[in-house]
Parts: sequence; C-alpha cells; structure tokens
Amino acid sequence: MKTTETPAPVPAESAGVPVTKVDLPERKGQQEKSEGAVLNAFSHGILVLWAFMVVLPLLWAVMTSFKDDNSIFSSPWALPDKLHFDNWARAWTDANMSDYFLNTILVVGGSLIGTLVLGSMAAYVLARFEFPGNRFIYFLFIGGMSFPIMLALVPLFYVVNNMGLLNTIHGLILVYIAYSLPFTVFFLTAFFRTLPTSVAEAAFVDGASHTRTFFQIMLPMAKPGLISVGIFNFLGQWNQYMLPTVLNTDEDKRVLTQGLVQLAASQGYKGDWSGLFAGLVMAMLPVLFAYIVFQRQVVQGLTAGALK
Amino acid sequence: MQHGKYRFIVGFLAVPLGLYVLFVIWPFIQSIYYSFTDWTGLSPEFKMVGFDNYSRMLDDDVFWKSLWHSLLFALVLPLVTIGFALFLAFMINVGGRRRRGGPVVSGVRGSSFYKIVYFFPQVLSIAIVALLFAFAYNPDSGAINSAFKAIGLDSVQPLWLGDPDLALWCVMAVLVWSTVGFFVVLFSAGMASIPAELYEAALLDGANRVNTFFRLTLPLLWDTVQSGWVYMGILALGAESFAVVQIMTTGPGGPDYSTTVMVLYVYQKAFRDGQAAYATTIGVALLVVTLAFAAIVMRLGRRERLEF
Repeated sequence: MKTTETPAPVPAESAGVPVTKVDLPERKGQQEKSEGAVLNAFSHGILVLWAFMVVLPLLWAVMTSFKDDNSIFSSPWALPDKLHFDNWARAWTDANMSDYFLNTILVVGGSLIGTLVLGSMAAYVLARFEFPGNRFIYFLFIGGMSFPIMLALVPLFYVVNNMGLLNTIHGLILVYIAYSLPFTVFFLTAFFRTLPTSVAEAAFVDGASHTRTFFQIMLPMAKPGLISVGIFNFLGQWNQYMLPTVLNTDEDKRVLTQGLVQLAASQGYKGDWSGLFAGLVMAMLPVLFAYIVFQRQVVQGLTAGALK
Repeated sequence: MQHGKYRFIVGFLAVPLGLYVLFVIWPFIQSIYYSFTDWTGLSPEFKMVGFDNYSRMLDDDVFWKSLWHSLLFALVLPLVTIGFALFLAFMINVGGRRRRGGPVVSGVRGSSFYKIVYFFPQVLSIAIVALLFAFAYNPDSGAINSAFKAIGLDSVQPLWLGDPDLALWCVMAVLVWSTVGFFVVLFSAGMASIPAELYEAALLDGANRVNTFFRLTLPLLWDTVQSGWVYMGILALGAESFAVVQIMTTGPGGPDYSTTVMVLYVYQKAFRDGQAAYATTIGVALLVVTLAFAAIVMRLGRRERLEF
C-alpha cells in the first residue's frame, strides 16, 4: 500500500486515537512505522464507517417508533416532536403483539427443551455406542443440514394436516424440533466424543444403568456444549420465519416474525405505521439486549458449528 | 458395558429418529415421488404423469429466471460477504499500530467493540431486518432517498425495489448487511490463532501487510473460508432468500419477476397456485442445485491443508 493513495489520517483522529509520531533509531524501522500508522488510520476509518452503517438503521427504527404517522412520511430523519409512547401501547394491545410474543415464547420454549433432550439422547448413543447402522443413522441426520427445507415443506403441510397438527402450537413445536435435530445431533455427537469415557465406565461398574449414567453423569459433563447448541437453536427458532409461514396459517397462532410481516401487509389500509415500527422495535430489543448481556456465549454458540 | 445395551440404544434413538424421519426424511422422499404426478395439493387424487412436470419446467420462463437469481444468490452473495468480512477482520486484527515493545502485528484499538457491533444484525430475525429495509428503500419517504435529498442529491431518487434492474441487488445488499458481522467474528477467531511469529518473520523478510494477507492469512484461513462459503450458499439458496424476497419485493417476486428465486417459486406454486406436484418438481431442481453447489465449492476449494 502506498502512502499517497491513502487519505489523511482524519478518521483515526475522529475515532479518538491520536496519531503520534515516535522517533526511531533506524530508517527501516521508520518506514515500517509509517506504513503501520497509515494502515491504522485507514483501518479505523473503514471500521468506524461500517459500525455506523450497522447501527444507523437500528437507531432509525427506534427513533421512528416514537414518531407520529405524519412525520414518519414527511421527514423520516427528523427527531420525534415528542415521545409517542402510545405507539408502543397500541402495538402491544391493538396490533396483538402481546399474543405474538406469548405464542413465540410457548413455541420456542417447548421446541428448545425438546431439541436439547432428544438431540442429546440421539447424539450420545451415536457417539458412544457401536451398533450396526450407527454410521447410516448419523449421516441421515447430518444430511438434513444441506437439503433445501422448502422441498420437504410441500408434502409436510399435508402430513401435518392429516395428523390434525396444522395450526397448533404443539404441532409447530414438533416440526421445529425435527428441523433442529440435524445440527444439534451433528454438534453434540462431536462434543460427546471429546468427553472422557472413564467417568461413565466407573458409574456403570458401580451399578448405574445406561439411562442413569446419561442423565446424571454425561449430561452435566456436556453442559458447555448444551449451552452453545442451545443458544444456536434458541436464536434460530425465535427468528424462524419460513416454517411458521407455511405451517401456521391461523391468525391466533402467529409467532412474532410472521405476525409482524402480516401487520406490515395490513397497514396498507389501516395506516398505523408508527404502531408497526413500535412492534418491530419491540421484537428487536429483547434479542439485542440478551445478546449484549450474553455476548461471549452467543458468539461462541453461533460460530461453533462453522468452526468444527 | 454390554448389559441391556441394545434396549438402551433403541430406547434413546426411537423418539428423535422417529420424529426426524416422519417430519423431515419422509416428506423429502414423498416430494420426489410427487414430482412425477399431477397432484394439485387440493384434492387427495392424483395420477402418474411421468416426466411431464420436468418438461414443463424446462419451458417455463419464470423457472429459468428464478434459477438464475438463485445462482446469483449462491455465488455473488458469499463472494461479496466473505470478501468484505475478510477485509474487515484483517483490519481489526492486523491493522493496529505497532506499540513500542509490543508484538509486530496487533489488533486495532477497540477491536472487541467492533466485533460486538458488527454482530448485531446476526441475532435479529431476517424477517424483521427485511421489513426494516423495505421501509428504508421506500422511494417516496424512505430513509435512503430522503437522506439523498438532504445532502442535495434531489435528482438521484431511484425506485430501489420498484426498479426491475435494481431490485435484486437491493435485496442482496440486505443479506450482506445482516451476515457480514457473523463472518467477521468467525474469521477474527481464526486470525487470532495464527501465531504472531509468522507475521514477524514475513515482515522481516520484507513483505508488506497486504502481502502478508494474501500469502499468509488467507491460506491459513482457507478451511474456514470454504466451510463459510458452503454454509452461506445453502442459506442463500434456501430460507434467507425466501424471507427477504417474499417480504421485501412486490408480488412477491419483484416487478417483472426480477427478484423471484427458486425457493419462493416452490412456495407460490404449492400454496398459492394449487400446483403441488409442479412445486415439488422445482423443489427437486433446487435440491440438485444445492447439492451441486456444495460439491463444487468443496472440490474447487480443495488444497493441501496447512498446519501451523
């Protein structure tokens, strides 16, 4: 990188990093130094710019959720004249956001527990026991990660319908669990393989059954893995859009994401845009807040699969 | 460990495997079967029609458009996202100023702050992000065009999602915005594990930092880049492109089918047009594209594994 091609180090200054010059004994060192300083200024410029691009739309949404309908359209960038908290109240009650939240919590709560219990059971057996068909079942689970889900959803709609599970919360939970199993089994199988075998063998020698060994010895040992895969599944299921759009068409059973999309579509004639923005922000904030608090675990959980 | 082993294995595998086969594997097999029938999805009656659906698909202009757009999603989107993420991750990890007595390469100040902020969109539902940007793109009163007006660009007022030439790129930009942070964090973790001595040696040998990126960082990160590419490509062919195109573009599918993608076309044929059999045919094509994509990326990317 040539020095002349790079803009003056203003961005670094604005990022609060003073560009200081230190005298160096050697010329070679000085050259390296200046290259480092320019690169540093350039890096900060780009990094600050992208941080701005990420945060700006989110702040804009929060700001818009406090404005009245007129000013949303006439001056999208102006600050609200006063904080219209009534938008939030309207979204919560009139726009059924409270119902969407409740449905989402029920569906995600049920499927998360189910996914972790069933996923760890299957993964434990596949990781620790030799039996004919072990590899076949393992690859059957893993294969589900690369198939386009939409292909299965066409017949699945009728399978679920025939079982009387269409538009029910428990039906949706079962489908969520089934589609979360491939990654969960993949991840936890690898995790159980890394755990030492000696503890389980000792428990077994002491007369504990396989089932008891699993629940009392192995599951507590697998806690870090369960947390990672749990966070991964929680976010995936909380943010799920495609499955409920196809399998959950009843207005009363809508989850957050599809509820908001329906709300946006119906605002065309209702015209309550400020209420819609309040709903959007309401759905956004808990997840963002939880992410900031559990930042390290969330990042570990979401990147764990890709690093394997 | 033999006592009651098989009873235990069956007991632990039965429920997860049963659920998975019933809701995931069985519908996939049914789909392939249905693609050779004239099933409408509305009535249970159908008859075999051989390859009729497939020959119809080859003559269907909308199918070819959707195939082309899906290919763009799978190729352009990861290229841009991963390229930009590598750039940002390199800036974060290697762009830092050299401190006296410190290591030769170091992260910029505030590197963890950048990683936290860039990750924000990753925890939000793609449905919420899509809704937010649909407003931002609104040509009359959206955030983007009014920002253009505010800085004096009154003449530049694109229709964005309403313009058949622009709509697809607008939709892709949203996915780039929401996924870049994930890869920045992923690649940062990889870069942090590259020993600093390697950089030190390269810099001593007269390499500049741009050289070290292409000769050192990228080869050592290649495995992560490759699996990231497959991961993103599969998402871009499936759930993510479905959500953004269905929520953001009119129709849905954009003006003059300019944004329609295979996964959306499957959904519309099955659940809007009552042509379930034809939908599964397009779904089978999507399956072929997905598997071919994964196989090609894995094959092209195969290199000698570098150990460090």
